[in-house]
Amino acid sequence: MSLLRSDLAIIKKWITPGSRVLDLGCGNGALLRVLRDERHVEGYGLEINQKNIVSCLQSGINVIQLDLDKGLDDFDDQAFDYVIMTQTLQAVHFPDHLLQEVLRVGKQGIVTFPNFAYWKNRLQIGLQGKMPVSRALPAQWYESNNIHLCTIKDFQQLCRQRHVKIKEKVILDHAHRASAPITFLPNLLGQIAIYRCQQEESLLN
Amino acid sequence: MPKSIPADSVGLVTPLTEHFDEPLELVCGRTLPRFDLVYETYGKLNAKRDNALLFCHALSGDHHAAGYHSMEDRKPGWWDNHIGPGKAFDTHRFFVVCPNNLGGCKGSTGPNTTNPETGRIYGPDFPLFTVKDWVNSQKQLMDSIGINQWAAVVGGSLGGMQVIQWAIDYPDKLRHALVIAAAPRLSAQNIGFNEVARQAILSDPEFHGGHYYEHNVVPHRGLMLARMLGHITYLSDDAMRAQFGRDLQTGRLSYDFDVQFQVESYLRYQGSSFVDRFDANTYLLMTKALDYFDPGADFENGLAEALSQTEAKFLVIAFTSDWRFSPARSKEIVKALTDAQRQVSYAEVESSEGHDAFLLPNSYYTDILNAYMARV
Repeated sequence: MSLLRSDLAIIKKWITPGSRVLDLGCGNGALLRVLRDERHVEGYGLEINQKNIVSCLQSGINVIQLDLDKGLDDFDDQAFDYVIMTQTLQAVHFPDHLLQEVLRVGKQGIVTFPNFAYWKNRLQIGLQGKMPVSRALPAQWYESNNIHLCTIKDFQQLCRQRHVKIKEKVILDHAHRASAPITFLPNLLGQIAIYRCQQEESLLN
Repeated sequence: MPKSIPADSVGLVTPLTEHFDEPLELVCGRTLPRFDLVYETYGKLNAKRDNALLFCHALSGDHHAAGYHSMEDRKPGWWDNHIGPGKAFDTHRFFVVCPNNLGGCKGSTGPNTTNPETGRIYGPDFPLFTVKDWVNSQKQLMDSIGINQWAAVVGGSLGGMQVIQWAIDYPDKLRHALVIAAAPRLSAQNIGFNEVARQAILSDPEFHGGHYYEHNVVPHRGLMLARMLGHITYLSDDAMRAQFGRDLQTGRLSYDFDVQFQVESYLRYQGSSFVDRFDANTYLLMTKALDYFDPGADFENGLAEALSQTEAKFLVIAFTSDWRFSPARSKEIVKALTDAQRQVSYAEVESSEGHDAFLLPNSYYTDILNAYMARV
């Protein structure tokens, strides 16, 4: 999954220098490379795609081949300062379970996903009657890895149900800016959602 | 036989011998007063002496990792796929060192060499070696060649165990640790297979308590059986089905105990040719070293604590159809390393060839090694 430059810049700002990071579905390691070089983080990327794994190794990124659908059993509770999941939530079999795993293994979770309720997506579905194809959702329906697309409302509802506390969020528009109108109509105008969240403490042992 | 040496081969190579007069104290409590290590090197040690790679061999391996000993050789060294000019372990860049382990039977001091104290062949009196002892002897070789730090220590299977031990025992002496198709310790099933192999040798009437050299015989049946059993565990069910299926040698069943299925013929051939190149006492010793390997056992909190003192960056590789040392075993190593907050990458190579896959060509495997070694 390609990482958009704008969400990368926002995530970078959220990360405390020198922290320990786990990047789920780390792709070619672009985010970890930036965090390593500019935030001096230590950690690992988890990835299943062979080409991406080879790219990570080429960049000197620690990458562990793992199927996220099998969970994060190999990692202890609260082992990382941040567990990051960029544009991956919608591509796994059990996003709700994975979100809980993210917040079990990480003291904080950073999650980004394409907002399916973005107005252009609504137009393509509502007027054209076709699955949306856009910058945030570049693949045709038959080629897409996205099997659990969701909206900003859906995600926030899941967070409430699972006692996940949203610490910070940024919603980006079509130009990948956080513009003023988005504050009022995030689920309509937002194309990409970026959340920093935490499991409510009562649920942590 | 190579008609001509391929351009990406290290070419014709000659083993070297290093003699050590310093006694080597062993984990078993005994001491090896002096010893020889036979080894090969490929490439050139640079002026800073920081481009050396150590290769640790597996149970039946030796110092001949790449190239040819003569133009009559049928096959190159055991890891010629990956060692050579332009290959992952690029001999234009690296100086490769590969010793024959002590207790081996290819020239280094072992059961088939003469005990200087008695003037007789060691035979069963050769002390039992552990992975830790091998690493200590390799460290002596490192010092005598004049290498301060390995760029990487690399090994598959039992060789991978030596890599782990290196990283634990000499943390500042290696920058990278490549652990391939290995396990952090043997399972009961693994030890069980080794025990059957040992019993096959020990119960051969021609074993003579290990003194068979003096009787001018070798425990042919026992060593052959041990290798036949071992060989099955190095292959996968799929690989055997693909290679032999239920194909018959003669096309019909003969209703006796002669060779009928092709797999029988293959295993007998593998077993028999192994007897010609390997020593039964060495086989016993190597399987024991495998059984004893358990670096986590010395630490209260196990392997993660053992690895917490390591400084090397790790690359761990496993093969999907390997059931002797399955990916789950490699993941134990990876988990211990991540728990210990060490630097590690892990790749799982899709392969139908079982444990042997670590020696065989595979494009993803090659890509991984190339990508990783480019930054070493």
